[in-house]
Amino acid sequence: MAKRIDVSGLTAYYGSHKAIEDISMTVEPRSVTAFIGPSGCGKSTFLRTLNRMHEVTPGGRVEGKVLLDDEDLYGNGIDPVSVRREVGMVFQRPNPFPTMSIFDNVAAGLRLNGSYRKSELSDIVEKSLKGANLWNEVKDRLNKPGSGLSGGQQQRLCIARAIAVEPKVLLMDEPCSALDPISTLAIEDLIGELKERFTIVIVTHNMQQAARVSDRTAFFNLSAVGQPGRLIEIDDTERIFSNPSVQATEDYISGRFG
Amino acid sequence: MSHAQAPARRSPSTLRGASLPSWSPWAIAGGSILLGIGISAAAGLDSKIQWALIAGILYLLATFGFAARVEGGRQAKDRIATSLVWTAFVVAVIPLVSLIWVTVARGVKVLDFYFLTHSMGVVADTEPGGGIYHAILGSIEQVGLATLIGAPIGVLTAIYLVEYGRGKLARAVTFFVDVMTGIPSIVAGLFILSIMLMFDMQPFGFAGSLALAILMMPVVVRSTEEMLKLVPNELREASLALGVPKYRTILKVVLPTCIGGITTGIMLAIARIAGETAPVLLLVFGNPFINANPFEGAQASLPLYIYQQFSNSAGSGAAFDRAWAASLTLIAFVMILNLVARAIARWKAPKTGR
Ligand SMILES: Nc1ncnc2c1ncn2[C@@H]1O[C@H](COP(=O)(O)OP(=O)(O)O)[C@@H](O)[C@H]1O
Ligand SMILES: [Mg+2]
Repeated sequence: MAKRIDVSGLTAYYGSHKAIEDISMTVEPRSVTAFIGPSGCGKSTFLRTLNRMHEVTPGGRVEGKVLLDDEDLYGNGIDPVSVRREVGMVFQRPNPFPTMSIFDNVAAGLRLNGSYRKSELSDIVEKSLKGANLWNEVKDRLNKPGSGLSGGQQQRLCIARAIAVEPKVLLMDEPCSALDPISTLAIEDLIGELKERFTIVIVTHNMQQAARVSDRTAFFNLSAVGQPGRLIEIDDTERIFSNPSVQATEDYISGRFG
Repeated sequence: MSHAQAPARRSPSTLRGASLPSWSPWAIAGGSILLGIGISAAAGLDSKIQWALIAGILYLLATFGFAARVEGGRQAKDRIATSLVWTAFVVAVIPLVSLIWVTVARGVKVLDFYFLTHSMGVVADTEPGGGIYHAILGSIEQVGLATLIGAPIGVLTAIYLVEYGRGKLARAVTFFVDVMTGIPSIVAGLFILSIMLMFDMQPFGFAGSLALAILMMPVVVRSTEEMLKLVPNELREASLALGVPKYRTILKVVLPTCIGGITTGIMLAIARIAGETAPVLLLVFGNPFINANPFEGAQASLPLYIYQQFSNSAGSGAAFDRAWAASLTLIAFVMILNLVARAIARWKAPKTGR
């Protein structure tokens, strides 16, 4: 079910501005990979190239290859819409659809794709909300608007919405940075459970979080402001945090810059 | 014991300054009005506007003087600013209220069920009697058809501009919408008239609808564009990231989020064209008889009826009364549209709260 991601020689632009350059890495299925690095080094940009959301930005353009189990996402005839069904995304700020109820938010992906059977729908919604550890909190008010939930609940609602369409990979861009410590913990626990079923990539500014939730950690950096961001190294999380092979990584982790 | 008395002996708070009592603005206002009238009477001025001006200036000066004395300079400026805002508000409201007052007062004279259900078919413009049924019918048909044409084109244009438009074509469209916004209504009428003359056609209701649609479209485009831009980009991205195609994202996520605002914009555009006279005069011509077919033959409409009652009255009081009653009907029509728009906007607004 979960799929492997294989990136090679990936460069992304905003118009004429080169945001990231020549990134290659492999993300194993059923694992959590954390991206860390200073602001502006292109973590979000890179993440968005993995489900072809980068090109939604006006001027967004990508060179290189992203293989999802041997299929190039940027190959000829690939439909970005179907790519995004396979590679789901959770954003930094919780963004439930304001016109929809909790139930409709979770069902949105299926309904709007038109790819569901009516009888399955409430089962899928229940399963996804349970998967996002939100079911017990909302089961009595599924028809209430999603925007009435707390920030942490909204973010879990967005996770439920993302997993309801059964993606193979789940991308998370700083999913906890707008949340309080308790909600953060709830989401970290959830990530631990979700990795049984999905390949997970998470951007985080929180070193402890990266150390807690991830199996592998990638460190990004940029040589100077205005220069494109690069992948400095990717390794097992334990090694990155105890004995990284590049000096810059150690400096960043120990807080000497960035 | 000493504990209980402590607050009484506390030195004056530095956070609390002296302030004028809350009734003082009213007292100053009353005083300056009396003084204003007194001065004007003494100086032999008889224009009420001059009286009001003098009273207003006195009020500002007195407020500033008292406040500066008692409360200090910053509060005095604050009070002056408050007074100016209130003055501007009153100045803006006076013409509005007096317009509605006059229209209601003169309009109710002949406005009754008979007036609303009869035409001018057998009544000369100078005689009493008759009604506006034919004009209401014509207005509803012409404005309704114009809306059927103008609103969808306007909304679709706005969707194109906000969601798809990039580069030259989008800029050209924006430019033409800007130009269209500035078209005087008589010019839109002349444009349709020139086409009608080419085909040697007689005036009919739908020709007026076309001109009204031209006037309506840019208003709808502008307001819809603003509403679409208010929809956060995050919602679009959230939907796209679920693997929803762009057109479905627009239909199912973007439009529902702002449908209330779009509807309000359309209603306001309808209200605007409902009062247009010039193109209707050119293209629909006016007709004292009931003509329910907008595609053939001259029709009446409310603004045109008002204009013709005034211009053909030959000083007859009956015609003036009818014109005022028709004006009242038109204002009521527009007012109802606005209320409906507000209700829809509230009903469709994204739901919050637990
Ligand atoms: N929408 C955009 N348009 C133009 N440049 C952008 C846009 N988003 C990001 N960038 C640029 O791309 C670079 C990487 O940004 P980003 O991926 O957001 O970094 P990070 O997520 O690591 O903080 C930055 O230099 C930023 O200025
Ligand atoms: Mg970022």
